[in-house]
Amino acid sequence: MAAADHEGLINQKYALLPAFLQAKGLIRQHVSSFNHFISSDLLKIIRAKGNERVTCDADPNFYLRYTNIYVGRPSLEEDYIQTELTPNQCRLRDQTYSAPISVDVEYTRGKEVVIRKGKNNSGAIVIGRMPIMLRSDRCVLTGKSEEELARVGECPLDPGGYFIVRGTEKVILIQEQLSKNRIIIDTDSHGGIVASVTSSTHERKSKTNIVTKHGRLLLKHNAFTEDVNIMIVMRAMGVESDEEVLQLVGTEGAFANLLIPTLQHCKEEGVYTRQQALDYLASKVKSTSRPGGPRGGPGGAFQRRTRSKVDEAREILANVVLCHVPVVHFDYQQKITYIAVMIRRMLYAMLDPSFIDDRDYYGNKRLELAGGLLALLFEDLFKRLNADLKRQADSSLSKANRATQFDIAKCIRTDTITFGLEHAISSGNWTIKRFRMERKGVTQVLSRLSFISAVGMMTRITSQFEKTRKVSGPRALQPSQWGMLCPADTPEGESCGLVKNLALMTHVTTDEEEGPIARLAHIMGVEPATLVNQSELREQGCALVFLNGNILGVHRRPKYFVRSFREMRRRGKLGEFVSVYLQHDTVQIASDGGRVCRPLIICDRGVPRVTEEHLQLLREGKWTFNTFLRNGLLEYLDVNEENNSLVALYESNCAPRTTHLEIEPFTIMGVVAGLIPFPHHNQSPRNTYQCAMGKQAMGNVAFNQLNRMDTLLYLLCYPQRPLLTTKTIELVGFDRLGAGQNATVAVMSYSGYDIEDAIVMNRASLDRGFGRCIVLRKYGTSLKKYANRTQDRIVLPAAAAAPNPAQRPAKFRLLDRDGIAAAGEVLTQGEVLVNKQMPTNTRDPVTNPAAMPDAFYRNAPVSWKGYSGGEKCVVDKVLLTSNDDCSCVVKVLVRHTRRPELGDKFSSRHGQKGVVGSIWSQSDMPFTERGLVPDLIMNPHGFPSRMTVGKMIELLGSKAAVCTGRFHYGTAFGEPAGLADTVDKISKELVESGFSYSGKDFLHSGITGEALEAYIFMGPVYYQKLKHMVLDKMHARARGPRVVLTRQPTEGRSRDGGLRLGEMERDCLIGYGASMLLLERLMISSDQFEVQVCTHCGLMGYYDAKQRRAVCPSTKSSEHMATLKVPYAAKLLFQELSSMNIVPKLVLAEA
Amino acid sequence: MGRTKKAAQPQAAKGAAAAAADVGPSTSYDATLPDNLEVARTRVVCGTDMNLHTTSTIAASQWGSLGVDASFDMDRFRRGFSIDIKRYEGDDMEFEMKGVSCAVANSLRRIMISETPTMAIEHVYIVNNTSVIQDEVLSHRLGLVPLKVDPRLFQYKAKEDAPSEQNTIVLKLKVECRRLPSGAMENDKVYSRDLVWLPEGSEMPDETSCRFASSQAALVSGGVRPVHDDILIAKLRPGQAIELECHCIKGVGDMHAKWSPVATTWYRLMPEVVLLQKTRGQIAEELAEQLPGLLQLSGSGDKAKVVVGDVRKHDKLLEKVRRLSGEERYAPYIQLRKIKDRFIFTIESAGAWRPHELFQYAVEVMMSKCDKVLEGLQAFPQRSF
Repeated sequence: MAAADHEGLINQKYALLPAFLQAKGLIRQHVSSFNHFISSDLLKIIRAKGNERVTCDADPNFYLRYTNIYVGRPSLEEDYIQTELTPNQCRLRDQTYSAPISVDVEYTRGKEVVIRKGKNNSGAIVIGRMPIMLRSDRCVLTGKSEEELARVGECPLDPGGYFIVRGTEKVILIQEQLSKNRIIIDTDSHGGIVASVTSSTHERKSKTNIVTKHGRLLLKHNAFTEDVNIMIVMRAMGVESDEEVLQLVGTEGAFANLLIPTLQHCKEEGVYTRQQALDYLASKVKSTSRPGGPRGGPGGAFQRRTRSKVDEAREILANVVLCHVPVVHFDYQQKITYIAVMIRRMLYAMLDPSFIDDRDYYGNKRLELAGGLLALLFEDLFKRLNADLKRQADSSLSKANRATQFDIAKCIRTDTITFGLEHAISSGNWTIKRFRMERKGVTQVLSRLSFISAVGMMTRITSQFEKTRKVSGPRALQPSQWGMLCPADTPEGESCGLVKNLALMTHVTTDEEEGPIARLAHIMGVEPATLVNQSELREQGCALVFLNGNILGVHRRPKYFVRSFREMRRRGKLGEFVSVYLQHDTVQIASDGGRVCRPLIICDRGVPRVTEEHLQLLREGKWTFNTFLRNGLLEYLDVNEENNSLVALYESNCAPRTTHLEIEPFTIMGVVAGLIPFPHHNQSPRNTYQCAMGKQAMGNVAFNQLNRMDTLLYLLCYPQRPLLTTKTIELVGFDRLGAGQNATVAVMSYSGYDIEDAIVMNRASLDRGFGRCIVLRKYGTSLKKYANRTQDRIVLPAAAAAPNPAQRPAKFRLLDRDGIAAAGEVLTQGEVLVNKQMPTNTRDPVTNPAAMPDAFYRNAPVSWKGYSGGEKCVVDKVLLTSNDDCSCVVKVLVRHTRRPELGDKFSSRHGQKGVVGSIWSQSDMPFTERGLVPDLIMNPHGFPSRMTVGKMIELLGSKAAVCTGRFHYGTAFGEPAGLADTVDKISKELVESGFSYSGKDFLHSGITGEALEAYIFMGPVYYQKLKHMVLDKMHARARGPRVVLTRQPTEGRSRDGGLRLGEMERDCLIGYGASMLLLERLMISSDQFEVQVCTHCGLMGYYDAKQRRAVCPSTKSSEHMATLKVPYAAKLLFQELSSMNIVPKLVLAEA
Repeated sequence: MGRTKKAAQPQAAKGAAAAAADVGPSTSYDATLPDNLEVARTRVVCGTDMNLHTTSTIAASQWGSLGVDASFDMDRFRRGFSIDIKRYEGDDMEFEMKGVSCAVANSLRRIMISETPTMAIEHVYIVNNTSVIQDEVLSHRLGLVPLKVDPRLFQYKAKEDAPSEQNTIVLKLKVECRRLPSGAMENDKVYSRDLVWLPEGSEMPDETSCRFASSQAALVSGGVRPVHDDILIAKLRPGQAIELECHCIKGVGDMHAKWSPVATTWYRLMPEVVLLQKTRGQIAEELAEQLPGLLQLSGSGDKAKVVVGDVRKHDKLLEKVRRLSGEERYAPYIQLRKIKDRFIFTIESAGAWRPHELFQYAVEVMMSKCDKVLEGLQAFPQRSF
């Protein structure tokens, strides 16, 4: 076997993976993006052109200039004492885990210039507070050992990467977008070729398209009222002759032919000179859409003087169209070249459709992370702060005589930024005024259902596509996603394929400085495009060099350039995430943020650079992952550069042309899919189902789970780690925070209560604690203070303190002297947990707010609506604390221990869910020759159609694990590398232990005692208890509350509603002709109502109780009145119609 | 019934003889059945994919046409029945039982698991529990601790009964974890040995309404204690404490597994490896190589010959025999069978009972059940059909 020859390296290189995760952490992408934001984006924002200075219209000498910005450590000032914040404290006290942002400033006060600088890495003036991402550089948890983490109440396995805002944990989901500043050639709905570029700079975002219509190339842009001929645009930029255009685009004959209609049209319009072109464009400029405008929004804050239309057109060409291509002093040369490249690529695509880009290709995607999103938001808020300051300066300085000198430093309000950030993160609404961007649902509450659900949420990617559109392209698995995104982990249903998850080793890049890269490229022989003759751009063998979508220049030996550029990166002269690749006849260098990339082993002519010695050093702890990077043994490849490489999966696949070797094949799966043992033996949808279910499994949430006060927490009493593990499980820490139990499963049909995926459970197993779980639910309240200095209070009601216990009302039974339920009390329905009272009058001033009589308050208790069955609920914990607003917060945690019951949902790790169909006593269960009795029985019909062979191997492997006392492995694709046990080996172990090689056992029926005819496939399988439990769903009603308006039964379990006989059920009854049943269900049992109807006028009358007769509404007589039973809703409809001046008349007939 | 009843007849010699000759001594009829039927009657034949002849319910007249009367015969039962204890270590017992139908064996198994009483903690009155483990979970764990006390000394306690010395045992658990001056922790682990028996009854009778009329010390001479001292109940940190009182009552495994007196008890059928025809030469050598020990080889080359050795000593090879019997080459030579009326019965007591007592008790329960059936049958109106 080829794999055996290379066993040495193949078995060892796995060691790189834990080293990678140790160096980078499980959710490195979030943390590194936030760190980048704090360390460099912030400074860039305050130094940006529009932000650096605050000036004043009233006083030309006035200015405020920001010189530096700092973000401190998370801390809180309470009662003038600065204390360090810890995340758990914030969670418990409903606070925001944030740190002060401070700035150094320079400003004028009167005639003098004040320079204020802070000390000790903090600025002079605090401008707001920044929510801090957990485990980022600024977080107090970073660099702490497990013991230190325990001391601050934090779980060492918690990955961080989320924010705590007002006590709730919020994740900023990764957003997927089409990449910015890149030319994408596409087809429109008519099949015409379109080149589109979404330009994005700090100031502006704009979308530029070049479309084809009737063979002409037209520029489509928001700034123009209609599509304009691209030649006219180029004329306006200064390319006056057709020959020059051709030279720019390409002199190939076919190109000239394709350009003829465009040039002709240009001529028809009579545009020959630059001035004519500008005039032409000026007439097409959208007059209303003056960006910025007089609103003075933070986008285009500066007021524009009235200018001519031509100037405006020139301005638009320079700064709006393709705004990412710089135009300095109206020198359009770069932009012209850029447009020429766009046209050239369009023409290529017209001649050969294979040049059309794939929008779904992952190299064309950029991921926007927390750091980038926060930078957008912060800049917007910062601009708002500056606008506020300017307004204040304007109003103060315009007044002639002032009492005190105007000191702008005293006007800085911290609320704008603090509340802006806090509100955006807690609501998930990202409103960026300057880009007119309004996004909803950017953040989500971190799901703490299980440890895996929390980790899985950090790797989630949402895309901007509409969920409702029925398109398959963006949802499909793209080959370029290999190794970057998990192929299994995506939800089912409407967002299928739009919500994705990162693979295990994926890294998302952050922005890198372009300047040094450009300089290096120039040194290496890239000639600036403006310095080269136009025709030379197209010379054979030459290639245009792009840096982040902008033309950098031309290189005459592109292959050599790319090779040496890569060598520079491997030597560490360039950032490790800079990618360079050849695409058609261009060289693309990318250093922008949001690209996905992953590490690979570099091969020289098919020989991997990583050798046994290196791995030995790694094992000895002398080397880390970064040493490998620094020594040029590994490198990061992004999706585009992968296209220039030949990556071998295993060392045995290495050939002379191989450039890279995978570190481990199983890293193409994500964290959640990594829990599945032998996923490569399963039918693929099963893995997808398990990815959804693994997040609903109960188990341990975190080591600090008992110190948390979550609204809802599901815990397993006795969680276990799986007997059949994977490497991912170990890397993630799932083996320390399990979410399931190893159940002995017999695959057989027994009793018939196991059909349709139901499972039969052993009662003795349940008695002994299998599937037992704890549900913790938080009930909380806070005491508010009101304007008239009164406030809410919590008291023990006088009745509950009565000396005779018999006289005390039952619902106050739990309350302690402080009016709050005591921990450890057993709850019953309707009992009060916190006896809160609110003042009846919160507006009018009162004389002594502290001592108001009891009558002044009304009750607003927090009481408990319980479950009817199962174990009793207990008050677990009571927390009394104060929040950010210094109001008292009371939280009561209610605990409920549940044992599995009929209908509870269980699932294995292979997308095989089932409900408990029956619970049988141990004596009725079958038993093996070794006395083993299964914990649960699963029907074999679950296998053939689902094809979850992985589950069968898991059963075999777990059985062998039990026999040998060694945890077995089932890592994805792990057999060649020894990371998964083979069935062969497992079978051998089973045979050695005296079991059948097939995992089947000889069983006796527990009921008759006879041997069973069939051999039963039996062994341990890791089973998860899912959060869906009968107790939370069970509902029935005979009679109950009704809706006031329609008098029909209410809807939903929470309102004790009725079970609806819907339209389809109604159709059945109609079809069957069961009219009396229909009448009963739809009227008599619902909202029957008696009305009086006048048989003459057809109107509904009323019953006059005094005169004891029905009265017609029009004649007031009771002569022709009939009594009728109708649904109340029908009566309501008639009345509503008459209120709209429609007269519904009832024509009655004798029945 | 005695604890050991030796087989009345010596065991018939087993060998490579034809299968039907090895019917065994247990239940043989006067007239003989044809070989194939005899195998079907007395053996489960383990095929590769399924077991054959698993049923043992036989009508008395099943072989009437062959002149064989299959009705139950007391004498024959007496001759055939035997119990032979093979292993008795601590709370585990393994014995062979011959000459009964599996219905009887299974009934005994079921009675032992779910109808034999023990004492177990049912009510836990928690005075203080500051450990991390929740009250319910702690109580659940305590309930599962097996207690070494003879349940026959106590009465069942119905729900409405007041707890008394007749039906309740009271245990106390009071542990507090402290940091010792040396820095080590005291009582950081709570074990089952920390449960203290209160023969005088509850120390807080007002809360538990459990009042003993007299001490239990005389009643339970050996005292009450957990079977195992080292069952971990909870872990504590300095400053945490557990104080509670456990009230044990008598119950059976049907109500809750904690009352089940056995860890498990089960039986299996006596395996039998049969050489279907004379096995000589190369086949014999191959088989002996595949099944070392189980098959004993004598001679070599063409004269090689195998004999089946002691099957019980080579349990781990049996599955292999079954697999080989499915292979085309070996199928005509070797077969695995199980003898239907010979049970290897194992009782793993949880500690409250001695295993043999358990078995005796199960027999008594079964007898009383039979009596009940008889009673019922007698009450059935006499009628001629």
